[in-house]
Amino acid sequence: MANNYLKLQFLSLPRNQAFARDAVAAFCLELNPSLSDLSDIKTAVSEAVTNCTVHAYKKEVGTVTLECEIEDGQLHITVSDEGSGIADVEQAIQPFYTSLPSAERSGMGFTIMQTFMDEFKVDSKVGGGTTVFMTKSFKTEVENA
Amino acid sequence: MVVTSYFQDKTLYINLSGEMDECSAQSARAKCDKLIDEYVNAKKIIINLSDVAFMDSTGIGFLIGRYKKSAALSIPLYVQKPNFAADKILNLSGIYSLIPKAE
Repeated sequence: MANNYLKLQFLSLPRNQAFARDAVAAFCLELNPSLSDLSDIKTAVSEAVTNCTVHAYKKEVGTVTLECEIEDGQLHITVSDEGSGIADVEQAIQPFYTSLPSAERSGMGFTIMQTFMDEFKVDSKVGGGTTVFMTKSFKTEVENA
Repeated sequence: MVVTSYFQDKTLYINLSGEMDECSAQSARAKCDKLIDEYVNAKKIIINLSDVAFMDSTGIGFLIGRYKKSAALSIPLYVQKPNFAADKILNLSGIYSLIPKAE
């Protein structure tokens, strides 16, 4: 199957979180994902986009760029912002670490992205924004005889 | 997110329905807390998740918040019927040690 590419830019408004994860889910349908894969992807995208709203731009509204690429049966997802950036990525990705303990944050966002996707990487620069790279590999469908 | 409830056999049943994310959780928090305040004499609270079609880590924070509130009132809190995706997240977080699954 030919490769495919999607790029979306939208404001970091909370109501765009559902739009973003549903758009990615619709885009990757051509890979025949299982329901479980689809829900992993939606959850990981939701976490990444929510981080842009809650952490990168805080009370401001900024632009979130979401790119998806289908290549050789893999789905690559990039979520980037031009927000505040993360000073200590190592610390931020620790399970249960949250910079906002008073706000009922679980501190599990990065852990979920890491666990639910096959590849995961964060690039961040204080004042220069954050980019999350994630890849989901799809097992080749076995046709029923 | 729609919050409905009923009270039966000294148990407060709270049903959540819809998608639980950072955007939708806010009003659900307020509605649940209001219900818990109304039924402080409840012996048990059960949050039914069977109609929650989507949940991200916001759901963990949401449940821990309600747990803190019910624990302060000494009312045990349970969750019921999470779908497989919600169950995966809740398992990963270890939350079932605080908020067990009810049948």
